[in-house]
Amino acid sequence: MDEALWALGRGTGVVALVCFTLTMVLGIMGCGGRNALGVGRFGLNELHRTAALTGVGLIAVHVGSLMFDPYAQLSVVDAVVPFLGDYRPLWQGLGTLAVDLLLVVTVVSLLRDRVGPRVFRAVHLLTYLMWPVALAHAVGNGTDNTSAWMIGLAAGCVLAVALAVGWRLSPAFVGRGRVRVERRLGT
Amino acid sequence: MSRGMRVHIDWTRCDGHGACAELLPELLATDEWGYPQSRSGERDPLVPAELERYAHRARNACPLQALRLVP
Repeated sequence: MDEALWALGRGTGVVALVCFTLTMVLGIMGCGGRNALGVGRFGLNELHRTAALTGVGLIAVHVGSLMFDPYAQLSVVDAVVPFLGDYRPLWQGLGTLAVDLLLVVTVVSLLRDRVGPRVFRAVHLLTYLMWPVALAHAVGNGTDNTSAWMIGLAAGCVLAVALAVGWRLSPAFVGRGRVRVERRLGT
Repeated sequence: MSRGMRVHIDWTRCDGHGACAELLPELLATDEWGYPQSRSGERDPLVPAELERYAHRARNACPLQALRLVP
């Protein structure tokens, strides 16, 4: 049972990282209102949302299982207040920080109807802080961080987000303005 | 009970992302700039009962919350 909780805690953390990487990439791809992947503007958005909420669920299991795990013994305080843990406090604290940010982003996103598009967007920008913090936690705190598969996975995640951000900032990114001109010209 | 809802676009918010027209092609086309355009010519087109589900999805899909469902 102890082993099971430990494995669950680590496993859900790794898969959550993949989910949030996918969320970032889909979110970046969808901005500007394009029909990437051929699933439509709305399809991209729904995939983004599903990946994000899946990640949130996994993080809940990740934190919960490590609270009950006799090996990790994560306390309730450590789950909320960063940098107080006994084991690698810096790296664990980054995870706690990411959880706090995730909580804010998730709650505000679910209350989008109440807060309006401006606040929604501003709070969403926090994910550009959250994702690298979560990645650092996964690499620095993870007990699998010396194994090739974890290093490969982390490198793949960095590459995916870096490519998406690079494409977004590059001149090849066509904003809605240019899409409109092309559409008008019938090209 | 349902007496029919209508699709209302808040033009101060709409920026022509086009998600609504993807989900409600029966009611909305897009103009050459990508902004939604009522197919029937009504300003706030009436949503038939069988499309209500998609109207709600279109409402949630708008990135700028410009689409509203009004009675």
